[in-house]
Amino acid sequence: MTDATRNNSGAGPGFAGLLGIFRRTEVGAFAGLLIIFVFFSYFGWDRNFLSPLGAASWLNFASTVGIIAIPIGFLMIAGELDISVGAMVPASKIVLAIAVGFFGLNIWIGILLTILIAGGIGWVNGMLVTRTNVPSLIVTLATLFAVGGLTLFFSILITDTTQLGLTDADTDAASEFIFGTYHTFRLGDENGLTLWQGVQSSVFIWLAIVAACYYFLHVSPWGNWVFALGGDKESARNAGIPINQLKIGLFMLTAVAASIVGISETVLSNSASTTTQFTMIFNTIIAVVVGGVLLTGGFGNVLGIAFGTTTLAIVQQGINYTTFDRNLSNLIIGVMLLIAVLMNETFRKMATNWSSAKK
Amino acid sequence: MSDKTPIIELRKVDKSFGPIDVLHEISLKVHEGEVLCLLGDNGAGKSTLIKTLAGVHAPTRGEILMDGNPVSFARPKDAQEAGIATVHQFGGTFPLMSIGRSFFAGVEPTKGFGPFRVYDRKKANEIAVKAVQDFGITRIDDGDRLVGGLSGGERQSLAIARAVHFGARVLILDEPTAALGVKQAAHVLRIVNEAKRRGLAVIFITHQVMHAMAVGDHFAVLIRGAIAADFRKGEKSREEIADLMAGGESMADLEANIEGYMETHEGHPPAPAR
Repeated sequence: MTDATRNNSGAGPGFAGLLGIFRRTEVGAFAGLLIIFVFFSYFGWDRNFLSPLGAASWLNFASTVGIIAIPIGFLMIAGELDISVGAMVPASKIVLAIAVGFFGLNIWIGILLTILIAGGIGWVNGMLVTRTNVPSLIVTLATLFAVGGLTLFFSILITDTTQLGLTDADTDAASEFIFGTYHTFRLGDENGLTLWQGVQSSVFIWLAIVAACYYFLHVSPWGNWVFALGGDKESARNAGIPINQLKIGLFMLTAVAASIVGISETVLSNSASTTTQFTMIFNTIIAVVVGGVLLTGGFGNVLGIAFGTTTLAIVQQGINYTTFDRNLSNLIIGVMLLIAVLMNETFRKMATNWSSAKK
Repeated sequence: MSDKTPIIELRKVDKSFGPIDVLHEISLKVHEGEVLCLLGDNGAGKSTLIKTLAGVHAPTRGEILMDGNPVSFARPKDAQEAGIATVHQFGGTFPLMSIGRSFFAGVEPTKGFGPFRVYDRKKANEIAVKAVQDFGITRIDDGDRLVGGLSGGERQSLAIARAVHFGARVLILDEPTAALGVKQAAHVLRIVNEAKRRGLAVIFITHQVMHAMAVGDHFAVLIRGAIAADFRKGEKSREEIADLMAGGESMADLEANIEGYMETHEGHPPAPAR
């Protein structure tokens, strides 16, 4: 912060250029994605990593993580965390399966009901965090288990089983198309160029959510509130930002995103299980951190999160297309996470110590 | 100046928290274009006094007047709307946000209409940079730079410029020069002078007598929740003010004590008081 360090920062064009890149963590996330993509493309070339079906396998995986990772990223930018999504996904599946498969409600009413219940649980998360000031990790750890328990309890109470199913008659063409089917697109006839094949509806939902959330966070005026909230809560409050409502809204958004994944998986597979998805918790957090969101809050980018999610998905699924042992994927993810955290921290230090003496 | 109505005036303000009296009959006046330096040691009641002014606490007894009319603030927001802005150390700036975004946090300028309103980055940057430059901080010229990259003095100046831009008439600066180097503090003092020139009423809280004397027109020393001294510029010397801040205990006496002790104890200083 002294004059001396400022002059050092402006030492040369190379260093300033490097800082220019570091100024945007999503560029780092994209570079990571590129490295991983090239690596797996090379080693998975013979085994169809890049074929439409191969690409679909990691895109489909990325979409379910990605839909939840973006609102989780919002929460982390705002300085909070939500791990209750691990229970929200199965809870939403069970609610939908009970409403539609067991009680025979219309699929759209079931979907609406599921989203409303998820929004309600998100509201409870938000209220607990804003009213009690207990760290959100603990609050959502509590709701993770509470919701998981309730899901199991009601599933047994109402249907006497923990595995529920839908039949094809329960869903209609529109709900299948939007939430759960495999999409294939070819130019021309059967022998034409295949643009995509076996891609789940959730991939398109994910892309839509990326676009909408990018608009919200980086283009609309409200995105600024999220950054301000994570940057300095007290200053944000003093600036007139309704910080509690904003936080509650973000928790509701996260819960609804988790319910959309639940709905999508249920409609796709016509089945629902009460099993809590603990790996979903880890995957979403890894995707967000690899995507360049600072653990300390206040900084992040929607595109970065999408890149991080894709990187994670390529390592998780792409390993099957190489000759490497499948179990090594977790090692790669661990190392990747560590590198990402260190890079983010470096970014934070550089960003907060950089004065533009150049020009 | 004394016949004009002060912008803000406190009349015999008391503040108690339950059985504990923190402020006793505080009476102060600040006119436009005037800097009141509020001096006092830790625990003297400075924070309680500024929180009372900023609407965080309501006075137990006594009244606050703005432009001669009694006012009461239920919430900090009421005080802000009346034009009282409190700037804490770096308050209102966000290290990882750009200067433009940080400046307009909560009141973002937009373009477009209806649900398609978008954040107007160019306009925000222009206004923010201009507001800061008008205060003489010409080194800030790029609204896209992150606030965290600014020096402490620049960041404090940004916070003050922001408060003034959004219509503050009474500026409460809570130790703005604490933790700043000599040069950086000079930056902030220049900003205080500029605010004064623009006709704001400034309440400047500080520990540093030198900083107070550089900008103050009027000084009030707070000791144990009461105003122990209230005087104008030039009426007291730096040593006298320092003595008052140390709780009335004369600094010269303290020095004499130490020297006397050392003479009789072979040059050893006395054990520090506990």
